[in-house]
Amino acid sequence: MSATAKTYPRRWRRPATMIPDPRWRYGIYAAILIYLVLAISTVDVNWARVWDGLDRGGRFVMGFLTPDFTSRWKDISNGMVESLTMTVTATVAGVLISVPIGIGAARNIAPMPVYYACRGLIALSRSLQEIIIAILLVAMFGFGPFAGFLTLTFATIGFLAKLLAEDIEDIDETQAEAIRATGASWWQLVNYAVQPQVMPRLIGLTLYRFDINFRESAVIGIVGAGGIGATLNTAIDRYEYDSAGAILLIIIAVVMFAEYSSSYIRKWVQ
Amino acid sequence: MPVTQTENGPAWHLRTPRARLALWAGWFALVALTVWCWQIMTKDTIWLFVMDAPQQAADIGSRMFPPRLSYIEKLLWPLWDTLNIATLGTMLGVIIATPVAFLAARNTTPSLLVARPIALFIIVASRSINSLIWALLLVSILGPGLLAGIIAIALRSIGFVGKLLYEAIEETDASQTEAIEATGASGGQVLIYGYWPQIAPAFWGISVFRWDINIRESAVLGLVGAGGLGLQLQASLNVLAWPQVTTILLVILATVVFSEWVSAKVRHAII
Repeated sequence: MSATAKTYPRRWRRPATMIPDPRWRYGIYAAILIYLVLAISTVDVNWARVWDGLDRGGRFVMGFLTPDFTSRWKDISNGMVESLTMTVTATVAGVLISVPIGIGAARNIAPMPVYYACRGLIALSRSLQEIIIAILLVAMFGFGPFAGFLTLTFATIGFLAKLLAEDIEDIDETQAEAIRATGASWWQLVNYAVQPQVMPRLIGLTLYRFDINFRESAVIGIVGAGGIGATLNTAIDRYEYDSAGAILLIIIAVVMFAEYSSSYIRKWVQ
Repeated sequence: MPVTQTENGPAWHLRTPRARLALWAGWFALVALTVWCWQIMTKDTIWLFVMDAPQQAADIGSRMFPPRLSYIEKLLWPLWDTLNIATLGTMLGVIIATPVAFLAARNTTPSLLVARPIALFIIVASRSINSLIWALLLVSILGPGLLAGIIAIALRSIGFVGKLLYEAIEETDASQTEAIEATGASGGQVLIYGYWPQIAPAFWGISVFRWDINIRESAVLGLVGAGGLGLQLQASLNVLAWPQVTTILLVILATVVFSEWVSAKVRHAII
């Protein structure tokens, strides 16, 4: 053969998975590199302070491995009772409020003005973090679990109502059509066509939100809204890492328990 | 479906009497539990403060408006810090989470009895503890500053990214990895050529999704001293400078909306 024959590469090179055009690919790599250099250069770290802190970090790891449940047990149990009761009441109240809002925010069964009002409320509740709502509500209602209850209820509404509304919009329309064909009123439609289809998912979401509310109840205590977060904050401020480790382990255990039992209940419901 | 015979012919019911009783008892227990919890929770509530709340709300509301917009120029640097905390924290978290996810996935774990339970515990522990609590701990260990925020975000992201990624790994198609193995590829080559192309879209999608959540969280991390916008929020709250608080909340809101838009665009392009 002659030299005009096309020479194929002897080695296989893997094709790019994400961005086929090499100019774009290297451009994006360069942009990322520049950003990283800029970002890391503006993070000024006081290494002497970090070095001092390593000792404390070691003590925290030791505290986590040898948690001290007894010496602050009264505070811990008070905080846990507040957190758990706050979680239960806020989840129940949140579900009660978010069911009508969720129905109102479903495009296929709600009239347009109601739809926009409910969607607006959901967007408001979702756009603010729990901790910011907690700061405002503590300023209005005073310290303690009542402000925490209100915070969690408000946050639950945004979460549950949005997911419930999306689930209602996804229902099987033929079943709703069948109920409508019998001459059912709007209430009967919701009760016999929508409710049976969304109930399993609503129960699942409620259990999931219970789990989230418990985790959040551990946080909003930092700004004075009651619960285990306040106890944890105090423990860390006093550098009592063994008590803090005990509290964190209890939180992890409750979350694991809630997650395990909720997956069990969901299987049983569906 | 149970049918009972009555004088007027058969009557149809949805549930058996036993099921109805159980359902009723279940609802009763739920209501009783809620009422009981409510009583314990509100035992120490000072109702005078609660009654007072509408006035307080009106008072704070009147102080919050109009927002002090000239304060924004002092917020640009904290805003850059907040973006950095979220981005660097997400990167660090993803780098740690990827090996954890491979250890936790049933089809890639080196040992089901040792490595998998440890990896799952790491994932659950990281997921159960909010980034604010991680930040609280790290500020007391490392001192206040961005580093504590970055590590807190990273520690919280490990669980989220790890869990979603290991589920994606478990859902990969085994025949493709077997084909790679059949060519005599080493373990590393199987990971790169067998698993990675299958999980790459999920990987980038999860990372961007977590970055979006981390922007929200890093905006408030400063409340416990970990730098960023939250630090300004805390400072303004401490001196009751409500117009500044409103400005900060508006900036946080704009950042959150922006990051949500970016993440939706990127995820749409990937998937």
